[in-house]
Amino acid sequence: MTGFDWIALAEFSAIGLLSGGLLALVALGFVLIYKGTGVINFAMGEFMMLGAYFLYTAHVMWGLPLWMALPATLAAVALCAALVERAILRPLSGQPVISVLMATIGLASALHGGVDAIWGGRNYEMPQLLPRKPLFIGDVMIPGQVLWSFVLAAVVIVLFTLYFRRSRTGVAMRAAASDPVTAYVLGIDVRAMQRLTWIYAGLVGAMAGMIVASMTSLSPALGGAALGVLAVIILGGLDSIAGAIVAGLIVGLLESLTAGYLGGKVRDIVPYVVVLVILLVRPYGLFGTRQIERL
Amino acid sequence: MRIHDFRESYVHDEALWPTRVQRAWLVAVLVALAAFPLVGGGYLVGLMCVLGIHVIAAAGLNIMTGGAGLISLGHAAFMGVGCYTAAWLAQRGVPFVVTLPAAGLMAAALGVVVGLPSLRIKGLYLAVATLAMQFLLVYVFREWESVTGGVKGVNVPPASLFGLELNTDARMAWLIGGCAEVMLIGARNLFRTRVGRAFTAIRDKDISAEVLGIHLLHYKLMAFAIGAFYAGVAGALLGYFYRAMTPEYFTLQLSIFYLAAIIVGGLGSTLGTILGAVFMTLVPELLRGGVAFAAQWTPRATEILSPIQQVVFGLLIIGFLVFEPHGLVEVWRRIRRFFHLWPFRS
Repeated sequence: MTGFDWIALAEFSAIGLLSGGLLALVALGFVLIYKGTGVINFAMGEFMMLGAYFLYTAHVMWGLPLWMALPATLAAVALCAALVERAILRPLSGQPVISVLMATIGLASALHGGVDAIWGGRNYEMPQLLPRKPLFIGDVMIPGQVLWSFVLAAVVIVLFTLYFRRSRTGVAMRAAASDPVTAYVLGIDVRAMQRLTWIYAGLVGAMAGMIVASMTSLSPALGGAALGVLAVIILGGLDSIAGAIVAGLIVGLLESLTAGYLGGKVRDIVPYVVVLVILLVRPYGLFGTRQIERL
Repeated sequence: MRIHDFRESYVHDEALWPTRVQRAWLVAVLVALAAFPLVGGGYLVGLMCVLGIHVIAAAGLNIMTGGAGLISLGHAAFMGVGCYTAAWLAQRGVPFVVTLPAAGLMAAALGVVVGLPSLRIKGLYLAVATLAMQFLLVYVFREWESVTGGVKGVNVPPASLFGLELNTDARMAWLIGGCAEVMLIGARNLFRTRVGRAFTAIRDKDISAEVLGIHLLHYKLMAFAIGAFYAGVAGALLGYFYRAMTPEYFTLQLSIFYLAAIIVGGLGSTLGTILGAVFMTLVPELLRGGVAFAAQWTPRATEILSPIQQVVFGLLIIGFLVFEPHGLVEVWRRIRRFFHLWPFRS
């Protein structure tokens, strides 16, 4: 009997932390919409799907080069998100939670079915967007895709954070999110900010979707992947971007460790165990605003 | 047309079916439903059974979500608990009259456990908590093979009532119809009692409900227990109807289906429960018929049936939320109001 396999542990941990970057990216999409409009968007996974399918269509089916296909895809997803906000969410603003929640669930179902009807339920092979070359740190091997997806996710998150801190529009969006009435009085176009929120969330989701699809494969099952990310946003606190990042890393690590030591089936329920524990112990998450009433 | 209908006492005003016309219609509908299994074809009687089960389950969710304002995305899991409880007991020779309530009580007990987080959280958080519970329970259904049979599923011996084997669809239809009727009347009556009024108060504003002296812990858990009880009974009937069940039936999809049904029907209304559950079950069936018709010209039609059903399902939810937030029951009320004074004034 040899001792404990430290290299395996290090590998699992590194892969977990790095894949947590991707989780954090999807979580950022959730948090943006929750902060901006007070809704958990259950159609996030479907936005991921849209991004991946649009990119596949433009890049592989129509043969456009990546530098043209990528902006076109992002523009198309942004347009979809804006349409969704205008057609569904705006008429429902001010309605009870259950209405808005069910609207996003209905949207998820409609988009999922639409994608399935147009592209079919089969698996597509996405082109490799990220280099595969693994990185070795001592004996620990880290797959290139995982590493680069982490880097990409980190860059996007940092850019968004800077945007919200520094740019005029970003500050206006934060103002509209934290107090719509005051923001409105101060001359901020709150509706435009909410639309922008949805567009940005759609873009974030689409980027995450492209990365995930290029690492695995492209099929309608991609849409269900986002539900597991609920654990990340609950753990991090629904309205905290910093929380989303930290929680993304934690959940990624947990998932990777359970997958490594307990198997894939257990891995799939880890996010939900995390959700239940967090909701029972600390419902506002690690960094969320404490506004839960105790009754 | 309704004439000579004056409510002169509180008893009359609170009556379930205040007018004679309503009672006459009710009897007529019940007789028609009871006669249906005798004349209807196999497919239609089977559909009626499924409808009855959906109505029972949706009634439970409507008490919980429409009545007490507790959003649950885990209703299908409660049904699963009921189904597996009934199956496990029935395999050990326990008679049907015991397994059915036992299934409901087991689900209700679990409902209380699941309802515990609702004391600290509500709204979206509660929705996410019940969602997590849904996934965990399906995992348990898949893995706890000694009880649930795992992914291969479990077989349920046929039910028998008073020495009568309930092994045909027609007999099941009578059983399910009877159960549905009893449970719907129960649901309707619940909201005329102290408990029902407490639920409504909690839904409308929980803080003021507590100020009014309503014990929130008590009543929120009771709402979960009652809703889960309905789901458990529906799940047990489902098991007896299909005679075999796999965990794949009790997924998030089904939970969402019930939420959609009560929203389309009308939150907090028993009639809405019936209308919504029937409507949401029939639409996919009609689509299936339409697609089979279209398949004569385009063979691809059958291939995209299930995606189209999904799209229509989603659009129905969104459409009702945006254009008719009070659901089908509001449409029904509008029609009735038109006929109240018809043909004298329209």
